[in-house]
Amino acid sequence: MNTNQVSRRDFLRVSGLAGTALCLGFYFPSSAKEAEIINTTGTASSEIELNAWIHIDTNGKVTIFNHRAEMGQGSFQSVPQIIAEELEVDLKDVNIVFAQGNREKYGNQVTGGSSTIRSSYKNLLKLSATARVMLISVAAQKWAVSLADCYAASGHVFHKTSGNKFHYGELVVDASKLATPKEVILKKTSEYKLIRKPLLRQDTPLKTNGTAIFGLDKKLPGMLYATVERNPRLRGVVKSFDASAALKVPGVIKVFKVRMGVFKTFREGVAVVANSTWAAMQGKKALKVAWDDTGFEHINTADIYKRQQDSLQTQEGLFAKKQGEPDAILKQAEKTVDVVYQTPYQSHSCMEPVNCVAHYQGDKVEIWGPIQAPEWVQDYISEQLGLAKEKVIVNMTFLGGGFGRKAFMDYPHEATMISKEMSAPVQVVWTREDDATQGPYRPGISYRCQGAIKDGEITALKFRMAGQNNDHWRAGKTDQANRSTAEGFLKPYYDSIKNISFAEVQFETPIPTMWWRSVYASTNGFAYESFLDEIALAAGKDPLALRRQYLQEERSQLLIDKMEAVSGWKQRKKNEGFGVAITECFASTVGQIVKVSRAENGKIKIDQVWAVMDCGWYVNPDIIKAQVEGSIVMALGAATIHEITFKDGLVEQSNFYNYKMPRITDIPPIEVYIMENEANAGGVGEPGLPAFAPALTNAIFDLTGKRIRKLPFDLSAV
Amino acid sequence: MITLTINQQPYQIEADPDMPLLWALRDLIGLTGTKYGCGVAQCGACVVHLNGEAVRSCVTKLSRAAGQKIVTIEGLSKNNDHPLQLAWNEVSVPQCGYCHSGQLMSAAVLLRENPNPTDQDIDNAMAGNICRCGTYPRIRKAIHLAAELQKKEGEAK
Ligand code: FES
Ligand code: FES
Repeated sequence: MNTNQVSRRDFLRVSGLAGTALCLGFYFPSSAKEAEIINTTGTASSEIELNAWIHIDTNGKVTIFNHRAEMGQGSFQSVPQIIAEELEVDLKDVNIVFAQGNREKYGNQVTGGSSTIRSSYKNLLKLSATARVMLISVAAQKWAVSLADCYAASGHVFHKTSGNKFHYGELVVDASKLATPKEVILKKTSEYKLIRKPLLRQDTPLKTNGTAIFGLDKKLPGMLYATVERNPRLRGVVKSFDASAALKVPGVIKVFKVRMGVFKTFREGVAVVANSTWAAMQGKKALKVAWDDTGFEHINTADIYKRQQDSLQTQEGLFAKKQGEPDAILKQAEKTVDVVYQTPYQSHSCMEPVNCVAHYQGDKVEIWGPIQAPEWVQDYISEQLGLAKEKVIVNMTFLGGGFGRKAFMDYPHEATMISKEMSAPVQVVWTREDDATQGPYRPGISYRCQGAIKDGEITALKFRMAGQNNDHWRAGKTDQANRSTAEGFLKPYYDSIKNISFAEVQFETPIPTMWWRSVYASTNGFAYESFLDEIALAAGKDPLALRRQYLQEERSQLLIDKMEAVSGWKQRKKNEGFGVAITECFASTVGQIVKVSRAENGKIKIDQVWAVMDCGWYVNPDIIKAQVEGSIVMALGAATIHEITFKDGLVEQSNFYNYKMPRITDIPPIEVYIMENEANAGGVGEPGLPAFAPALTNAIFDLTGKRIRKLPFDLSAV
Repeated sequence: MITLTINQQPYQIEADPDMPLLWALRDLIGLTGTKYGCGVAQCGACVVHLNGEAVRSCVTKLSRAAGQKIVTIEGLSKNNDHPLQLAWNEVSVPQCGYCHSGQLMSAAVLLRENPNPTDQDIDNAMAGNICRCGTYPRIRKAIHLAAELQKKEGEAK
C-alpha cells in the first residue's frame, strides 16, 4: 500500500502532536467494504498532517482519535479497549481525543443505530495489530533477529531469548517509514487480555469531580449567551415581536429574529443575547412575540390516534415485508385474534438540555457542542452558509445524553446564525422547557395486529402500523413503506411462520419526529411481543414455549435456555406474574422476563427483571450491563410514567413536574446476562430497551388477566 | 458587589442578587461542574452544599448564598478521593455523567448524616436526583460501598 492513496484534501492539523511519530488510519474505499490501513505519518512539516486514528509519538505516548460521540454509552472506553488490546499497550498510556467532524477521515461518524463498535471493531482490531507488527519488525531488524523471536507487551517490543527490549517510542521513527503489512494475524478471543473484560471506564474520574466538559460547559473568551423563544406550535413564522421589556433586563445586549433549519423545513424564533445565561433567560421571559400560525394543522393527541386507528381499519398500506398469503388464510380462519396497540410520543429529555456554541468568523465557523453527528453538521452548515466544508469545524464535547436528539442539525445551525449576527462567539442554551416543548419527538404509533390459529399452531400473522415516518422529515421517499416497520421482530420467525406481512399505513402531522433510543423497535416491540402473548393464549400455549417453538435457530434456543434458567420460569408460583418478550434491535437480540406481584397495598409491584443480551462479539461486559440497566429504566419511564401530548398544536408538557421521570424509588432489581459467542458484534446502547414494556404488560396479564394495549399506563392503577 | 465563599475561596462578583447561584457559579465564576437540568428544583443536577446542607443552586438566589459557606462538586475532595468518588469509580456508576455532580453532592450529605444508610434511606435521600441514563441501581450500590470505605477510613485514622 502506499500513502499516496490518502486523500489530502481534508486533512486535519492537530497542534500539540508535534514530533515525528507513527500515524495509522483507515482509508475507506468507496466501493470496498473493508477499510485499508494506511501509514499516514506526516510530511516534513513541523506539524503533522493527520488522517489517523492512532498516533504514537517518540515518547511512546499513544493518542487515539475517537470518531464517535461519548454520550454515556461508553465509546470513550470501548474504542481504546479494542485498540490497546491489539496494539499491546496499557490502557492508562492511551490518550483519547474527540475527533472533529470529517467524513473523509473517519467515515460515518453518526452515533446512532448502536453502531460505534459493530461498524468499526474489525477495522480497529486490524489497525492496531498492523501498528504492532510494524513496531515489532523494526525491533527485529535492529536486533537482526527473526520476527518470531520478538513479541510486544505494555508498549514495548521484547526479544524472547535475550530479554532485550525497546520502548515503542524508540521504534516509531523507523516504523513510520515502513509500508503497512498486507495481512496481520489477529488474536483469538481466548487470548484477549482487555477485550471482554469488565474494565473500569476511563471517563469516570472526569465525571465525579466536575472536570468533564459537556457542551454546556464550553467557554470561549468573549463568549455571549443566548436563549431563543421559538414558535410553540413547532412551525410558523414570527409575525412581530416587542423587545422593549427584554432589552431592559440588565445584561441583555440584543434581541433579533432567527431562523433555523428543521430537516427540510425551518422554524423561526426570537433570540435574546446577553452576558450571562440568567440574563438571557430573563430577557426571553420578558419578550412578547406574535406568531403567524397559518398554513398548517394545529393537532390534538386524540385526533392523532383516532385517525391512525381509523385508517388501520380501512387501509392496507404499503408492504414492508410479505411472505405467503396471510390475507387469504385470515379470511378463512376459524380462530383469529385482531387487536390494536397504541404507543405514545416521547421526548428524549437528555439531562443536558440541547445547547451549542458557535463562533462565526466571516470566512469560517467553529462549533462546539453535544453533537451526535458531527459530519452531518459540517455538511449542513457549509451548505446553508455557503462555506467550504473545511471552513466548518465541528467539535464534539461529552454529551449529557443523546438518545437520538443530538443527531440533528437544528441547534448548531441556529447557534451559527446567532453568532453571525453578533460577530462573536455565542452559546445558545435551550431551557428545559424549550427542550421538552420543541421536539423532535419519538413518533406515537398505532398498530393493528391480526393472527390466525389452527390446531394450536400459528398459520398467519398480519401487522400494520400507522405513525409518523422519521425518514419523511429527512426528505425520505413517500412511495415506499417505512423500512423500519418490521424492526424489533426476530428474523428466525420468518422461517417457521410461513404467512406473514408487515405494512405501513402512512400518517403524517406537522410534528417533527426523530430517532429515540432503539427507534422503531421501541414501539414495534411492544405491539409485536404483546401480540405473540395474545396468540400464545389463543393457541393454548405457554408464552415462552411458543417462542421456543417458532424460533428454531440455535442462538435463539440458547438465549431462551438462559432466560429460563436465570428466571426460574418453569418453577413460577401462583400469585406471581411472569412475562416474557424477546426483541431484536441493531443486530442484537435481548430477551427479558419480568416478574410482578401484588403488594400488600394492592398495587402491582415489579419484583425482578432478568435481561439476557446476545450481542455477539463484545468489548466490555460491564458497559453492556450498564447500558441494559439504563435502557430498562428508560423503558420503564416510557411505558408507565411519561408521554408527550398535543393540544391545539401545542405541547402540553414542559418540565420534569409534568413530564415525570423514573426516580431511584421506582427501580426494580435488574439482572443482566450476556451470551458468549463469536458472532459478529451487534449494538449495545439501545437493544436493551424494546423488550421491557411488553415483558412487563405480559407479566401483568399473567397475574391479573388484564391486557394492556396502550402505553403509557399507570402501574399503580392496574 | 457580592462576596461568595466557594470551596474555601473568596470570590467577589458583580451580579443581580436575584440571580440563582447556579448561573453565577457557571457563568461568572467558571465552576461548570454544577449542572443545569431543569431550573425549577425538580432534577437535582445543580445540588451544592450551603453551610453543609444540600441545596438546589438553580433556585438559590445569590442574596441567600452571599457570605455563606458553599461547596461545589469541585470542592468535594482535593484529589477526587472522597469515599463516594472512589466508590463511583469502582462501580462505574456514570454513563453520560451529567447528573452525577448533583448525585454525589446529595449522597455526600446523606453519608455524613447517616454513615450506614439502608436502601430505604438511600431512596429517601436520592429521590430528588433524576438520572435519565438510569444509573440508579449503581448509585445505590456505590453509596453502600462508599459507606464501607468511609468506615475503613475512619478506622485507619
Ligand atoms: S437544575 Fe436545579 S433542580 Fe434541576
Ligand atoms: S448518567 Fe446520564 S443522566 Fe445520569
